[in-house]
Amino acid sequence: MEVDREDGRSQNQLRPLACSRNILHRAHGSASWSQGDTKVLAAVYGPKAGTKKNENPEKACIEVIWKPKTGQIGKPEKEYEMILKRTLESVCILTVNPNTTTSIIVQVVNDDGALLPSAINAACMALVDAGIPMKHLAVAICCCVAKSGYVILDPTKLEEQQKMKAFAYLVFPNSVHSVLPEGSLRVEGEPIENGIITSVTHGIMSVDDYFYCLERGRAASVKLSDFLRRNLQQQSTDSSKAG
Amino acid sequence: MGLPNASGDLSTEVEVDAFRRLFPLRFYEKHLLESIRPDARSLGRARETTIALGAVASANGSALAKIGSTTMLAAIKMEVMTPSLETPDEGCIAIDFHMPPICSPIVRPGRPAEGAPVVAKQLSDTILSSGMINLKELSLDIYCLDADGALFDTALLSAVAAFSHLEIPVVSLNDDGKIVLSEEQGLSDREPVNKEKRKINLSSVPFSLTCVLHKNYILADPTAEEESIMDTIVTVVLDSSSQLVSLHKPGGTVLAYTSAIQDCIALTRQRVKELQKILEEGISGMEVD
Repeated sequence: MEVDREDGRSQNQLRPLACSRNILHRAHGSASWSQGDTKVLAAVYGPKAGTKKNENPEKACIEVIWKPKTGQIGKPEKEYEMILKRTLESVCILTVNPNTTTSIIVQVVNDDGALLPSAINAACMALVDAGIPMKHLAVAICCCVAKSGYVILDPTKLEEQQKMKAFAYLVFPNSVHSVLPEGSLRVEGEPIENGIITSVTHGIMSVDDYFYCLERGRAASVKLSDFLRRNLQQQSTDSSKAG
Repeated sequence: MGLPNASGDLSTEVEVDAFRRLFPLRFYEKHLLESIRPDARSLGRARETTIALGAVASANGSALAKIGSTTMLAAIKMEVMTPSLETPDEGCIAIDFHMPPICSPIVRPGRPAEGAPVVAKQLSDTILSSGMINLKELSLDIYCLDADGALFDTALLSAVAAFSHLEIPVVSLNDDGKIVLSEEQGLSDREPVNKEKRKINLSSVPFSLTCVLHKNYILADPTAEEESIMDTIVTVVLDSSSQLVSLHKPGGTVLAYTSAIQDCIALTRQRVKELQKILEEGISGMEVD
């Protein structure tokens, strides 16, 4: 079914992605991620000694500070901080540096839809830039269910507010390129990249729509994983040439 | 206290309470192998739930909900307001969630609890997006009196119960052309705008269930101890027509595969039926009074 989107994209087409690392020189790691007009900057400082009061000192602790583009910090920012913290805690290997705190600061430069997924992607790239040990990358995508029932990926702000009755932010692990035979990396008969790290939904959708969003999200996360892989490999070869 | 035996397992030498404090995860895993939990619930069963409507006499609608030991008090106050120009036939709703220090030893006076703004935002998103009410000016306050896991479930249940208890008071026009509450001004000779107190109309009421994922096990309705040990929490909110209002899984070490999600949704469907029955019993109990 052909769907008319304002910017001429097809249903499953993502906006142009751009990512650059090591843009802030004082931070231990930094990255800027943009999907179309949505742009997010993430900086990582750490690991620093000591954990906060209620945190487990046998593990590393992750602290997230979300800075909106304008306005004061309120409840939506606290919710984003909590979601990002839990997502990144499940991605990082916390037992390597116990009793330390890693701070991640996310600054919203422009919000044109799919803000939280962009922030998760930016934060992940910044963690890679800082060299924090991670199990795998977190690849985040936004899927929308329209009032007429079709599902589109990566909506702009206009699409989010006007056309969509519900949307879901989904985060998957990145796809695996492995030299091992196919069967050994499966959990419960499904490949690891099908597992959901995080899922946050807004609005009402039917259960079947949600599972359809999951499928589309998984397909898109494969494309995003490839983009991340190329980006990371390219930048690491550049720096090795310079150094 | 004996020395650990060859396999390093202190369980035979140490008392149950000490083992529970020292090795909480292993304590729980021993129970999970037998498909049971320390409070003798099976894995998919929620704790005992009760609702008491009309707990606060001075509020227009109120309810006290308890799931196990988690207790939430919800109260709704209605005020007359002038609607904004953009939405002339809608009012607005303000939802506030408080976690006073009474609810849990980890909440200190003066410092707001960490989980509170998150639950507040989730709650307002769920209530507003579920389309449960047509808006007038409503102010919903939820107080957590005891925090023992599954805070969002109990808060949503108390909010829903308070809404079903809510009665819109009688209003009338006074001399300035403003609408006021009839009882306040003593204008009983004025013609009231609505003849009698009426109940608010609720369409598609949302109910939720929080589950904790640990390896292959799914535990429904966790206590605070379970939530602190096993960090992967999934909250599913379904409304009465089985539409998915929200599926909230904020990170966590365990990745959720499609089968786990389907199991959680199935458990939530069962729970929705139980909660609907409990709510109806509570409402019919009130009406008899």
